[in-house]
Amino acid sequence: MPNLISTDKLTKEYTENLLKPVRVLNNLCLSIGEGDFVSLMGPSGSGKSTLLNLLGLLDVPTNGEIFFDGLEITRLTRKKKAILRNISFGFIFQGFNLLKRHSVLDNVMMPLLYRKVSRKEASESARNVLEATGLIDFVERLPNQLSGGQQQRVAICRALVMKPKLILADEPTGNLDSVTARQIMKILCDLNCDQGITVVLVTHEREIAQHGNRLIKMRDGIIHDDETLR
Amino acid sequence: MSLGDCCYEAIISLRQNFLRTFLTVLGIVIGVMSVIVMLAVGKGVQNQVTSTIESIGSNLLVIFPKRQTSNNVKMPGVGSVNLTLEDAKELGFAEGVDGVASVIAKTLQIQYLEANTSARVSGVTPEYNELREWNLLYGNYLSEQDIKRSSRVAVVGLTVAKELFGRTDVEGRIIRIKNVPFRISGVLAEKGSSITGRDQDNTILVPLTTARKYLIKSKYPRSVSYIILKVKEEVDIERVQKNLELLLRVAHRLRDDEKNDFSISNLADISSTAETATEALRILLASIAGISLLVGGVGIMNIMLVNVTERTREIGIRLAIGASREDILRQFLIESALVCLTGGCLGILFGIFVSFLIASFTPVFVQVSIASILLSFFISIGIGVFFGWYPARKASLMEPVVALRSD
Repeated sequence: MPNLISTDKLTKEYTENLLKPVRVLNNLCLSIGEGDFVSLMGPSGSGKSTLLNLLGLLDVPTNGEIFFDGLEITRLTRKKKAILRNISFGFIFQGFNLLKRHSVLDNVMMPLLYRKVSRKEASESARNVLEATGLIDFVERLPNQLSGGQQQRVAICRALVMKPKLILADEPTGNLDSVTARQIMKILCDLNCDQGITVVLVTHEREIAQHGNRLIKMRDGIIHDDETLR
Repeated sequence: MSLGDCCYEAIISLRQNFLRTFLTVLGIVIGVMSVIVMLAVGKGVQNQVTSTIESIGSNLLVIFPKRQTSNNVKMPGVGSVNLTLEDAKELGFAEGVDGVASVIAKTLQIQYLEANTSARVSGVTPEYNELREWNLLYGNYLSEQDIKRSSRVAVVGLTVAKELFGRTDVEGRIIRIKNVPFRISGVLAEKGSSITGRDQDNTILVPLTTARKYLIKSKYPRSVSYIILKVKEEVDIERVQKNLELLLRVAHRLRDDEKNDFSISNLADISSTAETATEALRILLASIAGISLLVGGVGIMNIMLVNVTERTREIGIRLAIGASREDILRQFLIESALVCLTGGCLGILFGIFVSFLIASFTPVFVQVSIASILLSFFISIGIGVFFGWYPARKASLMEPVVALRSD
């Protein structure tokens, strides 16, 4: 399986307000194949969220490189990074991070608008995705009029609307009850199986992590254990 | 994101934060409005004073007789005899003097049929009109012939014409002054009130000789109430004034230890004092306007800063889903521009409206100037747009993960 995204000696240090820099990621080398479903586990401060943010270009590494589709991406211009985040990556956060003043439809349309897709086309694409996720009746609602599970499904729709190659999910079920969590995980699994979208998932819970086909355990900024589940 | 989408986004965001939007707009409205109104009032008052002074003529000298003392009792001015037509004639030849007119004046009863009024009646020499730069609305001015023949003709001021006739084109009518019939030869143009607030249009001009003969009789027919002198434009009015004082003292044969039996008043003095006062008023109003603009500006700045800081997380989300820095900047710029333009336009409307209210309900004159409108408009909008743009720029330069972490 060809690599979709890989890191080479990736290092991240935080120096802000601290006398000694804290190394959160330490020369980390990792390759993730296309179509993989990777679960990242580890105690707090092990660097799993930092890794996810670096992979998604939400943060810049102190050292090291990241290759996406064979291309080094950490030194791209802000503009190119924005385009990559828009087209190739889909983010799902623990706190949903929906735009609270915008309707469900507007939220899902937003990534398309940033690619200068016309409002009409964007609305059509967004409706299609929402339809598939069973949210078509809620398009006019504001995020705070929805349950947590519904909000996370909207966030997934927003991540999917650009048909990304990679979904980066940071504890997507952390704020949800176990029943809803299972529904969300089912959606992610289906995306991975049916559409071949690569998923990188950060989680605390072993049960959630079991959904992936590869489980990486991290500790102190390095990979502690890397096992293939299926 | 297209411009249309940006505007749509801006409207969503502004509508959701209605109170904050309203307060920002209000800040700009007040800033713009106060500058326009204050400057309009300042300019209006200054113009009013300047035109009042110009209506009298700033290069005029007026010589009054000192009241005569009889057994230490001061007698009223009209009876004064120590200023004469001969004085006027002699002073007319003095250096730097461009023209001279003698006046005898008294307030008298005027009648036309049933209507009557009282007005200041001035017996004047023909030069008077030229010196006062007083134009005619209708008819003719008094001529040399009228003076020589002591003709019973009169030129009436606008107020007199309106009081007696209710109209202004009244040349040729016969009025009675102190029961003596006079034919109206002309009507004077409007002059407005003097610095002291006296209505200058409530006046009647008749030939000096006629006035002496019929209206203002005196034991001393050569005496005058006052003499008006016009000083040449280019000469120093105070030097001329000193010179005239000397000439008159000699003519009146005053000893060195005697005080002047006349007084010379210089309208330039009065006008420069008045101008200094109005200038001070204008500066005061302009500073108040400046301060309100500053306070308004700080208000706008605060709200904009809070607005953007509060939305750092939103900026983070937008960056994460693929907005570029330019997208973020454009969005915030359009938002603040929209708010500031709305506020600026409303401010201009209210400013003009309030200025007119002041003009209609108070005696204060206002003059709204384009400069004040442009000044306040662009300063407010500049402040608003800058403080909408600057924090947004800062936020858009953050790494998305930092912006996402903020609450």
